[in-house]
Amino acid sequence: MAKLELRNLNKTYTPRVVPLKELSLNVENGEFLTLLGPSGCGKSTTLRLIAGLEQPTRGEVRIGDRNVTHQPPGQRNIAMVFQSYALYPHMTVYENIASGLKLRRMASAEIQQRIGEVSQFLGLGELMQRKPGQLSGGQRQRVALARALVRRPDVFLLDEPLSNLDALLREQVRAELKQIFAAQPTPVVYVTHDQTEAMTLSTRVAVLNDGFLQQLDSPKRIYVRPANRFVASFIGSPQMNLLHLKCEGGFAQLGRCKLPLPSQVTVPPEVIFGIRPEHVRLVRPEDQQVLQGRVVLVENLGMSDLLTVQVEGTQGTLLRALLPPDQSWSGKQISLALPPEALHWFDVQTGDRLPDALP
Amino acid sequence: MNTTLRDQERRTGWWLLTPALLLLLLVYAYPIARSFGLSLVTQNLGTELQPVFAGLDNYSRMALDGRFWQTIGNTVFFTVVSVILELLLGLGIALVLNQAFPSRGAVRTIALLPWALPTALIATTWTWIFNDQFGVWNDILLRLGLIQTGVNWLGDPNWAMWTVIAADVWKTTPFIAILLLAGLQSIPPDLYEAHALDGATRWQSFYRITLPLLLPQILIAGLFRFAQAFGVFDLVQVMTGGGPGGATETVSLYIYATIMRYLDFGYGAALVVVTFVILSLAVALATWGLARLRAVRAIGEPR
Repeated sequence: MAKLELRNLNKTYTPRVVPLKELSLNVENGEFLTLLGPSGCGKSTTLRLIAGLEQPTRGEVRIGDRNVTHQPPGQRNIAMVFQSYALYPHMTVYENIASGLKLRRMASAEIQQRIGEVSQFLGLGELMQRKPGQLSGGQRQRVALARALVRRPDVFLLDEPLSNLDALLREQVRAELKQIFAAQPTPVVYVTHDQTEAMTLSTRVAVLNDGFLQQLDSPKRIYVRPANRFVASFIGSPQMNLLHLKCEGGFAQLGRCKLPLPSQVTVPPEVIFGIRPEHVRLVRPEDQQVLQGRVVLVENLGMSDLLTVQVEGTQGTLLRALLPPDQSWSGKQISLALPPEALHWFDVQTGDRLPDALP
Repeated sequence: MNTTLRDQERRTGWWLLTPALLLLLLVYAYPIARSFGLSLVTQNLGTELQPVFAGLDNYSRMALDGRFWQTIGNTVFFTVVSVILELLLGLGIALVLNQAFPSRGAVRTIALLPWALPTALIATTWTWIFNDQFGVWNDILLRLGLIQTGVNWLGDPNWAMWTVIAADVWKTTPFIAILLLAGLQSIPPDLYEAHALDGATRWQSFYRITLPLLLPQILIAGLFRFAQAFGVFDLVQVMTGGGPGGATETVSLYIYATIMRYLDFGYGAALVVVTFVILSLAVALATWGLARLRAVRAIGEPR
């Protein structure tokens, strides 16, 4: 148990191939940090740099007081769960789990005791003498997890461990993972491109794009206050509405609707406006600003309807709204309200969030 | 009806199999059966080349035939030594070729060249390399001061077998290397990464990951080479002709001499039968071992 620290990490293969441009972050004891981003964002590279499977071009990896940047993987006392699980096909489940302990010359009595605990914890008891080829996907996944847990490492790394499971099993294992790692005090770094996994599992999420850290925050803040346009569009499903609007006198103009800009802002000529579909609602009597539109598409998602609305008074601007079934409308015309507390504003040039009063 | 459909399919199946079965019967089954039959008669110059039934006489003669036992010994020695050397060297080369380095593809192709060359050509070349007066091998050793005068490698009963082994190793190591390289490439790289994180050194990974996962390929390559080496003929025939004094005579050379030179067809057939049985037993044993290995291991990629 020791905190993990990344200082100014950079990985450059060739001047054109730079998967990780600059990354500094800390992972405290007991923290579950998720590296989230689209493919090619540098998240897997980061994980491999922490593990020591790759050497950084610049920067440091520190575990506790140790600078492990130039140590081989085996000396870092890190355990990793691979996307493919990387179970040794010629060894039994027991031998797979024992491998790391045997290589460290642990006494066999202690190995047995530790494996006993882990296998009971993960329900692997009857599978101990099987080979990985005889296991189901979910069982393999648990063996891979057991192989990491039994080591009691200083840091856990998990590389998209759920991506090879089918949808139903994935939800179940996700919940199990949460319980397992909540119960132990070691830093965890988890890589995924699945925002649901990131939101449900993490204490903090690091959103990466194009080799740079975009935002490092709690899942809730990442959802409520995305730091820039990329994070806003990447987090949330269905995707946030992001519209390019003209501004005039402290208001942004969307159709006939005047949306108040945050007061701290010197009014720019143009702005990126964002609102999540789930925050758009049907208009109520007390609403002052009303958005009129024409419904062009309705997608039934079961628990709610996803509407695509063409905003009146614009040239084909589309807004998507997620309406729960208890909010009903009739016909093609619809009146919507955009609650002021759910609005996001981003700079047109930089894509950064404009400062606002919300905490 | 189901049954008629199945009957029809079965009939079609037999029709489709017939050409292959006929071919196998003609090319394999008939010569083998014929050899068995021939091994039970005496048919040589003494009988004016007429077959005379002799029961197991040929086999009892073989038991007392010192030359036969010597050729068996030579063959076993040649086979065991050359196959072991080829496996060791082949594995080493495969490990090197499996690393990433510039122009690896070209090197892999070049590495296979010796195997593609005609054996007679290789044998002639190696005969010259080991020539006592003009050979480059003697030249090297002389220059290094390891010997004072040129050695007649091919003419020395103690060395002749080693020259043949050297030529065979040179010719077939690349084949084994390519076979093992294919096996190495089928091992997922993340197994090594996981093992490294488990704290393994490269040597430990080699012993615990590479070797066990490569064992099927090693056995297949060994089996293949064993069967080939046991029947070695052309290389020895061109290099030493079985000499000096029978020091490099292998079973197939002895069979060739018995039948083609001494025209002793019955005894030659008996020699063929015994060699055939020995080879079959060895191959069956190896195949059984391989199947057992697979069953025990139940190799399945965790993907």
